[in-house]
Amino acid sequence: MKKIELQATLENTTELLSIIEKELEEAGCSMKEQMKISVAVEEIFVNIANYAYGDSVGNAEIDIDVDNDKKSIVILFKDCGTPYNPLEHEDPDTTLSADEREIGGLGILIVKKSMDEVSYQYKDGKNILTISYTWSK
Amino acid sequence: MLNINKVKEGSKLTIAIEGRLDTTTAPQLENVINEEIEGVTDLTFDLKALDYISSAGLRVLLSSQKIMNKQGNMVVKNSSEEVLEIFEVTGFSDIFTIE
Repeated sequence: MKKIELQATLENTTELLSIIEKELEEAGCSMKEQMKISVAVEEIFVNIANYAYGDSVGNAEIDIDVDNDKKSIVILFKDCGTPYNPLEHEDPDTTLSADEREIGGLGILIVKKSMDEVSYQYKDGKNILTISYTWSK
Repeated sequence: MLNINKVKEGSKLTIAIEGRLDTTTAPQLENVINEEIEGVTDLTFDLKALDYISSAGLRVLLSSQKIMNKQGNMVVKNSSEEVLEIFEVTGFSDIFTIE
C-alpha cells in the first residue's frame, strides 16, 4: 500500500497520475486499462481541488493499493473539506443532443461507469471516496 | 504533454491532437479553437496520436460541437479504442460524427 499526501491543486494532478501510472505499469496493467483508471483518478482529484476547500487550499490523502495477483487496484481519496457525496449528484442525461448537453457532472459519471465499485463515506471529519477496479477480467 | 497541429485551407480546419488532453492541457486546445474557429465550416479533429482524454478534454470537444452546429460540420476521426470507450460511457459517441 502506498500513501500519498499532497496539496489538492490542479497543478498536482499530473504528479498524482504519474505516481499511479508507474504503480500500474509495474503491475503489468495495459495502457488501455491504465487510461481508464487515470481518467477516474483525475476526475476525483480535480473535484477535490476545485470544490473541497472552497476558495482556500487543503490537502488530499491518497491510499493506493495494487494487488499484483488479482490484477486489481483500490484507491482511497480523503480530504478534510466540506462534506460532499459526489455519488448523490444527479447523472447528466447522456441521450441529449450537443446543444442540450450541459458540461457539468461528466467527470463523476465517467468514474461511476468505468470503475467496478465506487463508494463514499464521511468519517472522522473526512470525505472518503473509494474506487476499485480489476483489469484482468 | 499536448501537441496541437492545425491545418487551415479556406474554411476547412483540421486539428491534430497528440498526447494528453487533460485538466492541465485542455485550456491550450480551447485557446486554439477560440482563435481559429471563426468562419470555419468544416472542422476535423484527428485523434490518431491522442493517448488520453478526460472530461476536461471532452468539454472542449463538446463546446466545439456546439459552435459547429451553428456554422457547419464537425468530424472526429482516428480515435483509439480507449478514447472511443470514453465517448461511449459519456454518450458522446452519439453526439459526435465519428469516422
